[in-house]
Amino acid sequence: MSEVTFEQKINMYSRMLTIRRFEERCNVLFMQGRIPSTLHLYIGQEAVAVGVCAHLRPTDYVLSTHRPHGHAIAKGVALRDIMAELMAKVTGVSKGKAGSMHVGDIRVGMPPAIGIVGANTPIACGMALAQKRQGRDDVTVSFFGDGAINEGAVHEALNMASIWNLPVVFVCENNLYGASTPFGQVSKLENVADRAKAYGIPGVVADGSDVLAVHAAAGKAIARARRGKGPTLLECKTYRLCGHSRSDPLTYRSKEEETIWREKEPIGRLAQDMKAHGAVTDADLEHIEQEVEATVDEAVAYADASPYPLPEDALRHVFYE
Amino acid sequence: MTMMTIAEALREGIREEMLRDPRVFCLGEDIGIPGGFGGAFTVTLGLSDQFGHERILDTPISETGIAGVAIGAAMAGLRPIADVQYGDFLFCMMDQLANQAAKMTYMSGGTVSVPMVMRAPVGSTRRGTQHAQSLEAFFTHVPGLKVVAPSTAYDAKGLLKAAVRDDNPVLIFEHKLLYGSKGPRSEKGALSPIGEVPSTDYVVPLGEGIIRRIGTDVTIIGKLTTVYMAMGAAEKLAQEGISAEVIDPRTLVPLDKELILNSVRKTGRLVVVEEDNKTGGWAGDIAATVAEEAFWYLDAPIKRVSAPDTPPPFAPVMEAYYLPSVDKIIAATKSLF
Repeated sequence: MSEVTFEQKINMYSRMLTIRRFEERCNVLFMQGRIPSTLHLYIGQEAVAVGVCAHLRPTDYVLSTHRPHGHAIAKGVALRDIMAELMAKVTGVSKGKAGSMHVGDIRVGMPPAIGIVGANTPIACGMALAQKRQGRDDVTVSFFGDGAINEGAVHEALNMASIWNLPVVFVCENNLYGASTPFGQVSKLENVADRAKAYGIPGVVADGSDVLAVHAAAGKAIARARRGKGPTLLECKTYRLCGHSRSDPLTYRSKEEETIWREKEPIGRLAQDMKAHGAVTDADLEHIEQEVEATVDEAVAYADASPYPLPEDALRHVFYE
Repeated sequence: MTMMTIAEALREGIREEMLRDPRVFCLGEDIGIPGGFGGAFTVTLGLSDQFGHERILDTPISETGIAGVAIGAAMAGLRPIADVQYGDFLFCMMDQLANQAAKMTYMSGGTVSVPMVMRAPVGSTRRGTQHAQSLEAFFTHVPGLKVVAPSTAYDAKGLLKAAVRDDNPVLIFEHKLLYGSKGPRSEKGALSPIGEVPSTDYVVPLGEGIIRRIGTDVTIIGKLTTVYMAMGAAEKLAQEGISAEVIDPRTLVPLDKELILNSVRKTGRLVVVEEDNKTGGWAGDIAATVAEEAFWYLDAPIKRVSAPDTPPPFAPVMEAYYLPSVDKIIAATKSLF
């Protein structure tokens, strides 16, 4: 694995910051009532989506969950298309039929995110099977949380990917809680990755708050899949700094625990790394900050200016036209 | 033209579609194992010899996985034909079918297609509660799924080919008593719907029903085996001076509603026959549609001949009591005059 270049670091920093600022803005828009429904924010977990997706091409696939904004931005879905979707506008990436939990854009290799826990994993196997049959050296990445690991679908998928040597990378973002339930209460094994042994595939644990660690581990797993060597279960230990959804007051976690993870959060950590190496200055980072803010502003303005769908648009797209 | 059973006609349809389109492949349990059965009812028998084990893909016993793999493969450019060994196992994969396959196009705002076929044997055949249900109504209730129910060999091949070429998820419900499978996989009490099947390429378009028998006094609608029961009843009713028109919708979603409404407008009476439980069933939905849209043409109440609201019983004596029959259809029809 070659050393990460400065340019790659800057790109990953900028991408993580984009996810963070985008979601902070989403939270404000939600509280203002301009985003209906709820939001499952990815704040704190940005290193996972960015570290993994940095290796992907548009012809690779990413499958996501009810918490998809980070994956979508990392895979290259346009901010304005996501924001318009969240604000229920007809210009949204799914024309207002998806909302937050199903964000995705097949044009950049991300089908609608799947809001049923664990359910994207067998679909990922099918997409990877197609990639293999079509003679492509593309891969499919399935993101899911620690809660998904006790869903039957995930085990069927891990087994099928293993026996058929499919080019899938299963990325478990272990943020330590399935909604409010601590992971230790629903798993006797400390590491999700250890379950890979049951399927005869590699299981790898990475520090999910360190984008460079995620990037390195994902790089190996993805390269392996591209070479036709089969799937990997990559567990990224991470933490969501927000509640499970917007109605979660976070009364089940200790402030001490939150403080520990807040200090480890990935964006500040990469900034420290780059500054320590003398690669960037505070002024450079401020410049990136301003660029990111501008792209988020533009996305909100675009969504704001867009019309809502017609009520009867509800009847369209039940079947493929 | 060749005389074929439904199992043979489905096999020929699959073979032709696989030859026509390299994207088409089959997956399922026990469908291509050397020395195996070619699926529980022989439909895929011999196809792995011709197409190899990549295109006749034997899976673990993982129904959720089978459905998910079919969905993903379809989304990524293949045309899977998935085989569920018994329709009852569709419940194991319900999330994948109802939440994923059916909604992917909608959730994507019309940009993603899921061109997959799921074949499922249904019907009560002395296997008791968990290998004998009729599940069509569950799936007609899910927007985004097309639902097909062939009752003849000609239709089985033509509908299968139409389903493979459709850009949406299509469930094909096949009745175990209609396959006409031979040898150790044949069913006791099976009907023999052996029919002429063209060896040329043809499709039966989804959404086109057919009038199996023309009549003037009452419309009897059946699907799968109950088409044959309705035909038997119509024959006997004719001897008593009642002229019954028998309709086989062939596709349940999309439904050939006009064919049904036009028939009822002509006859003024309707009997709907199905093997499924009565409450929340497909027959009730047909009855409601006719009541809404052709009520003023009716001369009598609409009758349903369905199974009672019990699981399919095992003992043959109870099973016979549970299932619709020619006699039950005759009795229901006569009550309208």
